Amino acid sequence: MSDTTETKQVLPDGWEMVIGLEVHVELATKTKLFCGCANHFGDEPNTNICPTCLGLPGSLPVPNEQAIHFAMVLGRALGCSVEPGIFARKNYFYPDMPKDYQTTQYEEPTNEHGAITLPDGRVIAIERAHIEEDTGKSTHLGGGGRIHDATATLVDYNRAGVPLVEVVSGPEMRTADEARAYVAELRDILLATGVSDARMEEGSMRVDANVSVRPTGSDELRTRCEIKNINSLRSLGRAINYEARRHVDLWTNNDQPTQETRHWDEEGGRTTSGRSKEDAEDYRYFACPDLPPLVPTAETIADIDSSMPALPAARRAALAEAAGVAEADTLLAIERGLDGLACETIAAGGDATAVMKHVDQNLAEGQGKLTSASFAALVSMEADGALSSTQVKTVLAELVANGGDPAAIAASMGFEAMDTGELDGLLDQLIADNPDEWGRFLEGDNKVQGFFVGQIMKATQGKADGKVVNQLMRQRAQD
Amino acid sequence: MSDVLKSAAKLAEAVRSGETSAADALAASSSLIADRDDEIHAFLHLTTERAQAQAAAVDAKIAAGEDAGPLAGVPIALKDNMCTRGAPTTCSSKILDGWHPPYDATVVDRLEAAGAIVVGKTNLDEFAMGSSTENSAFGPTRNPLDTSRVPGGSSGGSAAAVAAGYVPLSLGSDTGGSIRQPAALCGVVGVKPTYGAVSRYGLIAFASSLDQIGPFAHTVEDAALCFDVVSGHDRLDATSIPEPLAPTLTNLHDGVDGMRIGIIDELMGDGIEPDVRRRTEQAAEALAAAGAIVDTVSVPATIYGLAAYYLIAPAEASSNLARYDGVRYGQRVDGANVATMNTNTRSAGFGDEVKRRIMLGTYALSSGYYDAYYGKAQRVRTLISNEFAAAYENFDLLLSPTSPSTAFELGAKSDPMSLYMCDVCTIPSNLAGHPAMSVPFGVGDDGLPVGVQVLAPMLQEPRMFRAAQVLENAAASGGAA
Repeated sequence: MSDTTETKQVLPDGWEMVIGLEVHVELATKTKLFCGCANHFGDEPNTNICPTCLGLPGSLPVPNEQAIHFAMVLGRALGCSVEPGIFARKNYFYPDMPKDYQTTQYEEPTNEHGAITLPDGRVIAIERAHIEEDTGKSTHLGGGGRIHDATATLVDYNRAGVPLVEVVSGPEMRTADEARAYVAELRDILLATGVSDARMEEGSMRVDANVSVRPTGSDELRTRCEIKNINSLRSLGRAINYEARRHVDLWTNNDQPTQETRHWDEEGGRTTSGRSKEDAEDYRYFACPDLPPLVPTAETIADIDSSMPALPAARRAALAEAAGVAEADTLLAIERGLDGLACETIAAGGDATAVMKHVDQNLAEGQGKLTSASFAALVSMEADGALSSTQVKTVLAELVANGGDPAAIAASMGFEAMDTGELDGLLDQLIADNPDEWGRFLEGDNKVQGFFVGQIMKATQGKADGKVVNQLMRQRAQD
Repeated sequence: MSDVLKSAAKLAEAVRSGETSAADALAASSSLIADRDDEIHAFLHLTTERAQAQAAAVDAKIAAGEDAGPLAGVPIALKDNMCTRGAPTTCSSKILDGWHPPYDATVVDRLEAAGAIVVGKTNLDEFAMGSSTENSAFGPTRNPLDTSRVPGGSSGGSAAAVAAGYVPLSLGSDTGGSIRQPAALCGVVGVKPTYGAVSRYGLIAFASSLDQIGPFAHTVEDAALCFDVVSGHDRLDATSIPEPLAPTLTNLHDGVDGMRIGIIDELMGDGIEPDVRRRTEQAAEALAAAGAIVDTVSVPATIYGLAAYYLIAPAEASSNLARYDGVRYGQRVDGANVATMNTNTRSAGFGDEVKRRIMLGTYALSSGYYDAYYGKAQRVRTLISNEFAAAYENFDLLLSPTSPSTAFELGAKSDPMSLYMCDVCTIPSNLAGHPAMSVPFGVGDDGLPVGVQVLAPMLQEPRMFRAAQVLENAAASGGAA
């Protein structure tokens, strides 16, 4: 999220974006949604197939309980009401769809009416999160890589029948950054609940963006385009901004966009027209007669709720509260999975500012063998001036690598705080050797302070505490 | 008819006791088929090698003193819409010509585990759409009792295979009457079980919410025996009933004393031939004579059953048959692009009746028409279920004719509507998901058999078979003269 998509204005004054996202999430089950075939990415084509996922005549689907459970867990994590769900058939012809209909949920999805709270506090409504089966994968040979002008098409049915949940947001995002934050948040929820590995690059999380624009402040919903083939958060931001600009250009040139599916062209940095309006399909949805309704009991939902892991928003709130910082300042700790450690260390008496500083700056590799008790002890030693900040970093690295008692480690490394008298002597010598610099310091040039600290560190091989040196210098200046 | 092939129960007993062998029974069956099936055309393909291997396995078991099962050595025919591994399974359609399934239907596994010998696959109306077995891409089946007549349909081949004496048992599938109506026209017993009683895994779908597999037999006892073997929960079919089912054979001869049986008023009207109505009334008298309390009952919504069925069944069929697109299996007729290939394949592969129903069903589900057609039909379906439930508050079983008429001549019903009317008495049970069966009860004015239909509430097969047994006994002792 360090990308700077929006450092400059995307749309001309007076226009705003309306963005809704449809995210297809592959569930991390061992087997497919309606048969016992392996749900596994990257195998030899057409090796994970059986009569059911090939849609052979006479075959029947049987719901995978784990997939249904995962879908309901995700629903609850998104704050949805988990309702009796009915599988429906979405009828259309396509070679990588073995039955020429997709089993999905239509009028009665399992999950409805949830929301995702972004780190900045904005709440984005989730309209529904329904269960459906994936299709196979087509590779079009010859022509432009599309089925219409292909000379041949190869179809791999390994993916056919893989369980998906499609998470549909309301049209509530207003910038590409907000859309990216939404997807990042959803990804973190998926990882926290363990229902998906949420890898955009491998396609286990696929984002389609519905984009339109309107005059700022208006509440109308203008013609939207659905952008597909977005493979990363970065592409998502670029694609949305491109498409929104295209719409504004059309509207401001007495033209208007056509409702259609468009493909994001990563290399060209643009969207291109996909399925045209003429091909608009009537999917003839109806309840699938092979599958009974999924009716979760109150007990099932209570079980899901009681075993729900801490979700990113709650973790952010907890850490912000414990550390006395804004939620936006907790993101790195959450991403590194260090929020639990930070909260416990603070609870054990560690200074919150110091703890958050180390989490953000010195623990990029994670917690390792560091415990909250040793972390708290180390932070206290630092606060007491028993160790210099350089020494603290070294001890911290050792705690992460091998664990142990920070005081014992510091002792074994020969880290003892410098005697203030010894530092006084060194400082006297430095002032005598560098009268010009000292003069500038006395005139208020703080930049020169670093020179003195650096020289003392050099002379003490890092054993001196920079803060103490600063203190001594300020004392002298006042004297 | 070879005596040995008259009764599955007796044949299995004789095989188990060593009186005869599975191999001999199979040879007798094969010989009859060879003699006569060029004319009748009950079979589309014989599974001779598999049958011989299975017969040898059964005989080996018996030689080893093992239990060879309740259907030990009994030859059985399967409607050609049930998958048999490595053997043709065509649904009587050119579109599946040459396709050999890589798996067996659950019923096939259960039959073979019970010692039965699958001798071949029988003719049907293409994809089970029809009531005469004339809509087969491979030519019609003739009624063994009068070869100028149809055997009924869509399971006409399976009904004829039993009626011709080739096999004592066969399986058909019943979506709107496709077991009961041909059973009536061929003078055999035919059973449509409770929806979910018999696994549909491996049954090629016509209308999934209505399809059920069931047996044909000469006797009620054989039908019960076969039903008990093939029914029961199957984890491969999500609509299969999980609870254990009561066996039908155990109390088969307990009679109907004290049972309340209602004749459905709406199915005894002008649309039913007088001779068929008369036999149905005689059947009711026979049940009363056996101690049942018989009365008439009104189930008004049954008259809308046909209309609802011809929306729901085609709607499901339009989706179920979409997969025959030339991409993965069966026939393919090439085209300039994939859409043209799909169209060419389906245009050449499906017969007229199948195309008609796909179009009907596609229309009924289309945006803007769904509520007026499919939605309304579903409401009628609910209404019929509710009215049956109300009738069963006062009655244990219901009674009606199976078919409005006896077997008609080939080509006699050339317009679709007159053929659709054949199922007016049988469709309501499919819509409600209830069991129903046809029992032969005398003959009509033309000397051809009449079938009487016994209808029961959900999962009440044992009760239904008991009444059917009473009717069979009564017919045998002159009650249908």
